[in-house]
Amino acid sequence: MSKERIKIAEELFDIMPAEYQDLVKRATYGNEQRGWKDIGNAKELIEEHSLCAGCPESMAFRYILASLPNPEDTVMVGSTGCTSLVFPHVAVHNIHSLFGNQNAIASGLKRALTVRFPDRPKDVVVLAGDGATVDIGLDMTLQAWFRQEKFTTICFDNELYANTGGQESGLMQKGFVAKMAPVGKTFEKVRLPEIARESGCHYVVNCTVSKPNLIEKVIKNAVHIAREIGPTYLQLYTPCILEIGKNSMEGLQEMRDSEKPTERFAYKEYVSEPAKELLAELAAKEKERKAEAKKQLAGQTA
Amino acid sequence: MAAQASFIGQKNKKGQVYSDPWHMMNEAPRTPSFFTGSEVIKEAVRRASCDMMVAYPITPQSEAAALCGELFAEGYIGDYFRGESEFAVMSQCAGAAFGGARVFTTTAGPGTMRAMENFPMWAGARLPIQMIVTCRGINSPLSIQPDTLEISYLMQTGMLVWHAETAQDFYDWILKGYMVSEEPDVHLPLALCCDGFFVTHTKDMVDLTPVDMCLPPYDPYRSPVPCMDMECPPVRMMRDPFVMKSNYISYATHASWQQEVWAAVERSRKHTIRWMDGLIETENTDADVIVVASGTAVSQSREAVAMLEEEGIRVGLVKVKTLRPWPGEEIREATKHAKHIIVPEFNVIGWLAREVSATVQNNERIHAGPHVCGGMTMPPEIIVAEIKTVLGIKAPSLAGRGG
Repeated sequence: MSKERIKIAEELFDIMPAEYQDLVKRATYGNEQRGWKDIGNAKELIEEHSLCAGCPESMAFRYILASLPNPEDTVMVGSTGCTSLVFPHVAVHNIHSLFGNQNAIASGLKRALTVRFPDRPKDVVVLAGDGATVDIGLDMTLQAWFRQEKFTTICFDNELYANTGGQESGLMQKGFVAKMAPVGKTFEKVRLPEIARESGCHYVVNCTVSKPNLIEKVIKNAVHIAREIGPTYLQLYTPCILEIGKNSMEGLQEMRDSEKPTERFAYKEYVSEPAKELLAELAAKEKERKAEAKKQLAGQTA
Repeated sequence: MAAQASFIGQKNKKGQVYSDPWHMMNEAPRTPSFFTGSEVIKEAVRRASCDMMVAYPITPQSEAAALCGELFAEGYIGDYFRGESEFAVMSQCAGAAFGGARVFTTTAGPGTMRAMENFPMWAGARLPIQMIVTCRGINSPLSIQPDTLEISYLMQTGMLVWHAETAQDFYDWILKGYMVSEEPDVHLPLALCCDGFFVTHTKDMVDLTPVDMCLPPYDPYRSPVPCMDMECPPVRMMRDPFVMKSNYISYATHASWQQEVWAAVERSRKHTIRWMDGLIETENTDADVIVVASGTAVSQSREAVAMLEEEGIRVGLVKVKTLRPWPGEEIREATKHAKHIIVPEFNVIGWLAREVSATVQNNERIHAGPHVCGGMTMPPEIIVAEIKTVLGIKAPSLAGRGG
C-alpha cells in the first residue's frame, strides 16, 4: 500500500476522527528505519487498548507494532482471547475469525496475497494467545509449519486462559493451581519452541517482552525470514498479572524475574542455516547503509 | 463491474478469454460431453478463474478435489493445496477470501459437520467462497452412502444453499454461483449441494461451454466490506471489530449484522432468478397431487410422475433449486390447487417437508415421504406407492422400503 492510499480527501479531512488524521500525517508507514524508538515521537499503529491496567500484553503490542518492518504491506491474524480486545485499535488490517484457526487463516491469506501480488512482499503475522496456539489450534499451528507456510507466528504466552478467567492451559507450569486444574496442573509446560524447531521453523525465539530493543530485533528477524525462507515462531512471555496475583506495576518485574538464566523464559533462540545466511546478508546491507549515511553526513558537514 | 468489464476480451495465462458471463453461459455454443459428476466439477472450475482451492479427501468428493489439483498443475488455478482437516480447510478458504481471492472447495458428510463452525463465520464475514457439498451419511454407524441430512444444518448458517439435481445443473450452477454470490449486495458464500455418488459417480451427457472462455476474475474491491490486503482503507480495520465488546452498541451491531446477512440472502433472489430462470421449476401445477422435491429426489419423482401418467393419474412436480433463498412464495403459488403435497427425501428427518410445512397454507395436505436414508436408493415405485396410498388406491406392498 502506498501512503497515498490512506490520504483523506481534503473536503472530508475535518470530519475524520482526530486519531485517524494523525495516523495519515504522523504514522511511520513506509519508513524503513522504523522501530521502538518511534514510540513517543511518531503516531503509533495502536491507538489505545482495552486490556487491564499494566498488562504486559499492551507493552508487547506497542513494541511489535513499532517494529514491523513493512506495516503498509502487513496483514495480521489474531484469535479469540485478550489479544482480540486490542486488534480493533490496530492500524494494520487484521482478521479475527474463530478460536484456534489463526494459522489456517494465515495460510490461506498469505497464499492469496502471493497469488494477487506476485511482485510485492505482503507480510502476514499471526498473533494469538497460548490457548489458541498450543491447545485448540495446535494442529493448525504445526501443520502450517510442516507445510513451510511463509508467515510469522507470535504466541503471547501468559501460561493460562486469561480472557475466560484463568483456566489451565498447555503452556501453564506444572503444579500451578488454576481453574480446571483444581489440584494443580499435572503435566509439564508444553515445549513448543523445541517442537517449532523440529516442525520446520527457521527462526524460533523464547523470551519476555521486558526489553523493547530485543523485541524490535526478533520481530524484524522473524518477519524477514518468514518472507524469504519459511515459518518463524516467537513465544513471548506476557504474564497475566491479574491471574498470578500481581499488581498493575509489577508486570515488568515479573518478566525480568522470569528471564533469568535458570528460569523458563531465559532468552533462547534457534536459527536455521538458510536463515543465518539471510540475517548475515541483511546485517551487511544495514552496515553499508549506515556507512553511506555517515559518508553523506560527513559530506554535508564538510 | 468496471474493473471486471475491463478484463473482458483479454486472455489469461492459459489462453482462455475472459468472457461476458451472460454471453458465455447463455449464448455461446455448447458441446455435449459424456462425463462423471466429478469430471464436470473439474470442467466448471477450469472455466471459473479461481485463485485458490483447498482440498481434503473424503468420499464421495475426493475425486473432484483431486481433479481440481490437476487443473492447478496445468495452471488453471492460482494456488492449491491439501489442508489437514475440513475445519482447517474451511479456515484456509476463509483466509484466502479475506485476502481477496476467488476460492473453491469441496466437502461431504462428516467433513461438512467437522467444518461447521466456519460456515456462519463465512457468512458473517461476507466471504463469497463456493463450496461443493456431495452429501453423504453423517450418522453412526458410519456410512459413506448418499444421504442429505447435512443440508439441514447448512440451511441455518446464512450461506446460500442450492441443491443440484443433475450434473448439468452442477456445471451451470458452479459458474452462475460465482456471479450471484459475488454481487456487492449479496457477497455471501454458496453451498452448492448434490446427492453424493448419484451425481458425482455416474456419467451423464453435459453440455459444456467453450473451453477457451472463462469467467472474468473476482474483483475484491466490489465487496461490501474491506478486503484484508492493506490496499483498501481504512487501515484501522478489524474483521470483525465488535467481538466481545459487552455493551449496547455491540449488541445492536451484532443483531443488525445478522439481519443484514439474511437480508443479503434475500437480495440474492433477484440475481438467482435471472441467472437460474427461477428458484423452482414446475410441471402440471393444476394437478390434485403435487410432488415437491430437491436434488436427485426430483429425478426419481419425475419417473414416478411418468409412471402414474401411464395409469391415467395426473401428478404435478415442483423442483426446488434453491433452499436459501427459500422459494416460499413460489411454492405457495405452485401448490395452491393441490389437495395433496408429497415430499420425498433422501434423509431420515424430512427437512424439506418441514420447510414446506412452514410455507404453505393448510399444511395437513403435506405427506412427508417417502424417506430413504443411510444410502438406500429411492425407486420411483415407492413414490408411486406413496401417492396411491394418499389417493386411497391400493398399491402393491414394497417390503422393506419406506413410505
